[in-house]
Amino acid sequence: MSLGMKLGISTAHSVVEPTARTRWIAGVLVVLYALVTIVPLVWIILTGFKTPPDSISYPPKVLFTPSLEGYCNLFTTRSRQTPEYIAALPPATGTCDQVARNASMVVAGPSNYIPRFANSLIIAFGSTVLSVGFGVMAAYAFSRFKVPLKDDLLFFILSTRMMPPIAVAIPIYLMYRELGLSDTRLGMILLYSAVNVSLAVWLLKGFIDEIPREYEEAAMVDGYTRLQAFRKVVLPQATTGIVATAIFCLIFAWNEYAFAVLLTSGTAQTAPPFIPIIIGEGGQDWPAVAAGTTLFLIPILVFTILLRKHLLRGITFGAVRK
Amino acid sequence: MNSPHPPRAIERVAQSTPPVLATRLRGLSDRAIAWLFIGPTMALLLAINIFPLIWTVRLSFTNFRANRPNATVLGVGIDNYVSVLTDPDIWQAMQATAHFLFWTIALQTLIGFALAYLIDRKFRGHGFWTTVILVPMMLSPAVVGNFWAFLYQPQIGLFNYAVAFLTGVPPSSFEMLGSVRLAPWAIVIVDTWMWTPYVMLICLAGLRSIPDYIYEAAEVDRASAWRQFWSITLPMVLPFIMLAVLFRGIENFKMFDMVNLLTSGGPGSTTELASITLKREAFEKWRTGYSSAFAIILFVAVFGLANIYVKALNAVKNR
Repeated sequence: MSLGMKLGISTAHSVVEPTARTRWIAGVLVVLYALVTIVPLVWIILTGFKTPPDSISYPPKVLFTPSLEGYCNLFTTRSRQTPEYIAALPPATGTCDQVARNASMVVAGPSNYIPRFANSLIIAFGSTVLSVGFGVMAAYAFSRFKVPLKDDLLFFILSTRMMPPIAVAIPIYLMYRELGLSDTRLGMILLYSAVNVSLAVWLLKGFIDEIPREYEEAAMVDGYTRLQAFRKVVLPQATTGIVATAIFCLIFAWNEYAFAVLLTSGTAQTAPPFIPIIIGEGGQDWPAVAAGTTLFLIPILVFTILLRKHLLRGITFGAVRK
Repeated sequence: MNSPHPPRAIERVAQSTPPVLATRLRGLSDRAIAWLFIGPTMALLLAINIFPLIWTVRLSFTNFRANRPNATVLGVGIDNYVSVLTDPDIWQAMQATAHFLFWTIALQTLIGFALAYLIDRKFRGHGFWTTVILVPMMLSPAVVGNFWAFLYQPQIGLFNYAVAFLTGVPPSSFEMLGSVRLAPWAIVIVDTWMWTPYVMLICLAGLRSIPDYIYEAAEVDRASAWRQFWSITLPMVLPFIMLAVLFRGIENFKMFDMVNLLTSGGPGSTTELASITLKREAFEKWRTGYSSAFAIILFVAVFGLANIYVKALNAVKNR
């Protein structure tokens, strides 16, 4: 019995509705948890706008003069120069130029962050297109046709996702070395597609199962072939599911680290193995690392908000649909 | 038929037969489409998963080393398996993995369920705060490991500062990542921070699946709130909790990225989980044959887990 009823306060709503007091306490606790859990993230975003000395000061600085040094250091490589050399240079042309000169350095060129970020984008989108494309076809077949050994095939597809990435990486490493796919974007796209296609098939099968068969059957009575019905009836109906699945595949490929660190080192390296090795003069350049992390996480934050409704389904391979 | 021209034979057959057969006559058969549609997925999985797996099995019976591709490769029978299973380092890694698995799952289930229960009280703004809580689990584990390494810095780190502020111990008196005693807990804390929302989300779905009328009936029978919780809420959410536990179990059994960035197995080998040992054997010591055998043993273990997992998954689905 709820507290309100014990005290004899009558409530107008149903007995299972929590009382105002319960709600208030629950709300306070959850908000507290949310605030604590978000602190590390806020701290990283703040650190991106600190100067290197501010980032390692004790006690940790909450209030500080914002600086773009972290972002400048992220995007450029710099070299230390004598004050005479810097004084003899023409005036600084940009913010980062100025920031570097204040630290008696000169911008030597762009850093590798943009190419690594671009690799992340290309590999994530490439593998998503491939795995969702293959996935939607397989999911349709599993959803609508009698496929021999259907359950075994579906379990097989799922089980490929269960393999520890490092265990898969050993033979992939050897195979890619033979095929010349080591450290290539194509190699990574194929690899991530293979990992994601299992998720895509399972999720999309769930979404397609929910589209009534009658729609296609009606279309086929009207003279559509099976393939036309698939293209013109099923695919448009499954758009939400396809988009949600695609976002899940994107997030996986975007976040992946184990394969990336073992199989790429240069031309195809993605951002996750690159961010931790951003080194400044005399140790890790935390503001630059934090800036790189912030930029890398922004797409994920956007996607999380977009995916809110389908999150549950995605993380349970479609087992829980709500 | 009033058409001026006699319809083509196939159209005539199509019109006089049931729609399914008609489609077959006009296009590809369903069976052909089924194989055409499943084919690419299977081909991809065979090329990138199964073929390498078979290769691993073959390598596991040899003394091959990937950094010496030209050396003569000898078959060594089951020697690699024997040495993996009798290697004390491997058993230490298994112990570290078990510690990590047990505590992450215990903490995440407790906190996750409690949070879900509170959120299900439907206070104002619960949707917004749920989304805030969900953010950590969407992030890249590697990037998370890297920025927690910053928070765990002994003198300057925010974590040490917060602990010092709350307990009064000097912030430089303990090293979360550098001490043999604390490092196993440091990785448990980060994993719990990251994945509690996952368990929470699944538990929340479980709580919301319980129909109101059950509680109403219990209320009519004057069952206490405590009693309602133990005999309605918990049993009905249990399959969901199990599902979450199995998912987390499999994921954390494979854990590599986050821990590699936080401690890379150190100090010593106190946080060296199975996957990290595997990486060291395969890509640092280059004992390819030996590590292939270890990989196969891990496969079998994960497969066992996966089997249980699919059964539980179906149990939840068929409720």
